[in-house]
Amino acid sequence: MIKIYVPLDSAAVALGADEVAEAILSEAQKRDASVQLVRNGSRGMHWLEPLVEVEQEGKRVGFANVDEGDVAALFEADFLTKAEHESCIGEVDEHPFLAKQERLTFARCGIIDPLDIDAYEEHGGLAGLKRAIELNREEIVGDVMLSGLRGRGGAGFPAGIKWKTVSEAEADQKYIVCNADEGDSGTFADRMIMEGDPFCLIEGMAIAGLGVGATKGYIYLRSEYPVALKVLNQAIKIAQENNLLGDNVLGSNQAFDLEVFVGAGAYICGEETSLLDSLEGKRGQVRAKPPLPALEGLFGKPTLVHNVISLCSVPIILAKGGEYYADYGMGKSKGTLAFQLAGNIAQGGLVEKAFGLSLRTLIEDFGGGTRSGRPFRAVQIGGPLGAYLPEDLLDLPMDYETLAEHGAGVGHGGLVVFDDQVNLREQAHYAFEFCAEESCGKCTPCRVGAVRGTEVMERIAKGEDWAQNMVLLDDLCELMVDGSLCAMGGMTPIPVMSAKKHFPDDFEPDQAVRAAE
Amino acid sequence: MTEKLHNIIAPYVGETGGLISAMHAVQAELGYLPEDVLPVAADLFNQTKAEVKGVISFYADFRDQRAGANHVRVCVAESCQSVGSRELVTALEERFALKLGETDLARDLTIEPVYCLGLCSVSPAAEVNGKLVAKADADKIAKRVEA
Repeated sequence: MIKIYVPLDSAAVALGADEVAEAILSEAQKRDASVQLVRNGSRGMHWLEPLVEVEQEGKRVGFANVDEGDVAALFEADFLTKAEHESCIGEVDEHPFLAKQERLTFARCGIIDPLDIDAYEEHGGLAGLKRAIELNREEIVGDVMLSGLRGRGGAGFPAGIKWKTVSEAEADQKYIVCNADEGDSGTFADRMIMEGDPFCLIEGMAIAGLGVGATKGYIYLRSEYPVALKVLNQAIKIAQENNLLGDNVLGSNQAFDLEVFVGAGAYICGEETSLLDSLEGKRGQVRAKPPLPALEGLFGKPTLVHNVISLCSVPIILAKGGEYYADYGMGKSKGTLAFQLAGNIAQGGLVEKAFGLSLRTLIEDFGGGTRSGRPFRAVQIGGPLGAYLPEDLLDLPMDYETLAEHGAGVGHGGLVVFDDQVNLREQAHYAFEFCAEESCGKCTPCRVGAVRGTEVMERIAKGEDWAQNMVLLDDLCELMVDGSLCAMGGMTPIPVMSAKKHFPDDFEPDQAVRAAE
Repeated sequence: MTEKLHNIIAPYVGETGGLISAMHAVQAELGYLPEDVLPVAADLFNQTKAEVKGVISFYADFRDQRAGANHVRVCVAESCQSVGSRELVTALEERFALKLGETDLARDLTIEPVYCLGLCSVSPAAEVNGKLVAKADADKIAKRVEA
């Protein structure tokens, strides 16, 4: 029986992986070949998808960009035993894109069958939860504190402090809420791990439950992720059957259970208080803080709200100890981040590395430059509310503090690359349009400011009262930063102002008028 | 209709975020949320019709008329913009003689924008009748629509 892996990851599926899997099964049957097909997650080398792997003498040999039409030829070339076909990339683990990474959170993603709980355990899973059960609450929280983990959803708030606050709050009910409303363009790490290693998220949430004394968890999943929904629901069922979830988590005499809640297409619900209102079945409108969700969150109860990757980093922290995790990274940015190479990039995919590497390393060494082959012009870091940076800032090390000094943020680690065809005035205009589309409407600076912003950008594009409108743009951005209730309105000025600062030529009246024509 | 809606919605009463899940269920069954949903949901969830309407209208997923059986969603967010989604939208609008965001029930066709499908490493992305398409172009999408 030869094992063949074809990813079930959405990126692979969107490039034909389902059809390839089907073709392999039917061709194998035709040829009487004994194969076992495993639908794994993605390794994160998305430009090679669908990436078919065959286990040959204990090694996993890869065949890249396989189309269903290629399957017969692969069998002809004896791809079950030989690494000879032209699409062969050799042993996948040895591929430089993977070999240079530091996969802590994504250690299993793409390697195991996402729903095989035995494989999960064989590859290091459950060690964290088992250790957490031996510890008391203070010790669990202490380990998270020691790890230096900061919220991976974008804000970078120290996780340990959040855990301590929820743990010490007294209430008859506490909740763990996983923010899986990954709406930022340029990010897909949450989706990848939910599809490729769902038990990691479940384990992380169970540990969080033990750590803060919560018995109930929710995964707030965006509706745009149907594959993740299916995998998570199956994984939760398996976890319940194996006592990872339920009244007595792995014999600990402590209860923790969870369920998935599907959002309904609102970007703002990635903001934690808006998410909580949505989870309560209401309009996803932002709440004023304080009170902090850690003290008054879901249904007014103490709630630990964390992004997917934050929670998925918890199992390894508990398994190996906070110090082990804190050994990675630099300064106050400890551990690893799942960088996501997106947009106009030759080698798009996921790179998990310790903080501190440069943007240039990510874009040029890992990403192979632009996909179009044209010169690089800009990179937007951290989603639609992130800064556009030019070529001369590519040597900045990726850590929270350094980027903040340059008016940018690491965010969720998503990088969207643009070549020289981009017009940054248009991108600034789009930032306002997006904010106008997705604002929850609760506070005026965001609701009205976004619309005024699009109007100002239109006038700048036409060269109408250009100088005054450029000043007005600064004023408006300042007001939105200072007056908005949450990051939606408060950070929309970041892409706008960074575009204006680093790419002033695109805003020049002549340029603008020409571009508009 | 009222009885049918009642039967779909009732199981979600008492669930966390039940109103939103109930609206998903109605839409999965009917393809859209008819006006009649307001009094039924309001009654079951002990809210006013205005409150229910407020929830429904907040979320982009919920529609007040059904979409075409051929339902195209094109990503218009930054990552897809960087590899030509603006041009892709124009090409699709010309090809199907339909503006982004419009439905032509006579031809059973809807084209809509979507803000990110999480396929940003293999942009541009689209979704045709629930199936994801990466590295999308107008031909690839049209082929799926006509299939």
